[in-house]
Amino acid sequence: MSTSAKIGAAAVARSRAVDVSPYWVGAGIGVLSWAAFAIAKDPLGVTGPLSRFGQPVAAPILGADAVAGNAYWSPMPFSWDYGVLFLVGMVAGAFVCSVATGTFRLEFMPRFWRERFGPSLTKRALAAFFGGAALMYGARLAGGCTSGHGISGGLQLALSSWVFLIVIFATALVVSRLVFGRGRGARA
Amino acid sequence: MMAYATFLLPLAMGFAFGWLLHRGRVTNFEVIEGQFCLKDFTMLKVMLPAIVVGGIGVFALVDLGEAKYYVKDANLLAVVLGAVIFGVALVFYGYCPGTGLAAAATGSLHALLGVVGMVFGAVVYAISFDWVKAHILPVWSFGKVRIPEATGAPDLVWFALLALGAIVLFFIVEGRRPSAS
Repeated sequence: MSTSAKIGAAAVARSRAVDVSPYWVGAGIGVLSWAAFAIAKDPLGVTGPLSRFGQPVAAPILGADAVAGNAYWSPMPFSWDYGVLFLVGMVAGAFVCSVATGTFRLEFMPRFWRERFGPSLTKRALAAFFGGAALMYGARLAGGCTSGHGISGGLQLALSSWVFLIVIFATALVVSRLVFGRGRGARA
Repeated sequence: MMAYATFLLPLAMGFAFGWLLHRGRVTNFEVIEGQFCLKDFTMLKVMLPAIVVGGIGVFALVDLGEAKYYVKDANLLAVVLGAVIFGVALVFYGYCPGTGLAAAATGSLHALLGVVGMVFGAVVYAISFDWVKAHILPVWSFGKVRIPEATGAPDLVWFALLALGAIVLFFIVEGRRPSAS
């Protein structure tokens, strides 16, 4: 077979092999949002309720009074309410899905990270911990994360949410280019 | 009914969300990093349909009086600063908060460490909140603005533009040859 015929055949095979599942998953999250707005009366969101786990953690260090009187936390004292139970459900849903599809696996270090930063677990652990901390700080400052701003706010055509989405995307593209370099992209 | 509304409903909603995130493979470190290297568009393939499908449905529900909007304040200095911090952290952690939590549940131990970090970040935010509230939140504060009202173009025009943009993007992405890396 000639080279061009091979490329042509490969293109046909690829178009048949287009994985449509991410689109359906996205549409599914959209439908889930209908229920979140109409039935639960609480748009999908993660960092708001997750930030409240900081209260029991901070109480022994800062003192219970300081936590209760904190201007950020006082409107939303920790309890097992909708937002917190939603997170419990998320953990269960992702876990059951991974077991059901045979994709549960313990991962200490992603392959793509090791290729760029080497095998040091300490390095990965520090990046994950402080990355997580900065992610939460940025999300709370902005008023939401990829779920609360990105999806729930984006679908409401909220100005704040679209500014957030565009700025995180632009920032991450630049930082990714600086950190991982051109052409060395991650492939799943 | 009481137990359903207060207990089972949030668990079921969360269960579906966690399931979908993992099923859509956005709990995978390489998938998120691949998006910002422009090598893997799974993240946008999930997000854009979620926004368009979700948005049109919620728009109809609001129109019918079955739902209301929960628009977040456009404190634009805070939103921009927060988004820059978030964007940098996203590349180093490799997950956003929701996908990180879900990834931890599927066995990713470094994602779990990031969740612990997120709780730490919440404590730092709470401690700094008085200062942030006084100095950052009031700057460029426009309130609960929606783009249709701000621009005068109706909701459905925006959703049509978004859907069109998404279709063009995905058409290009799906048609392109996988790079040799």
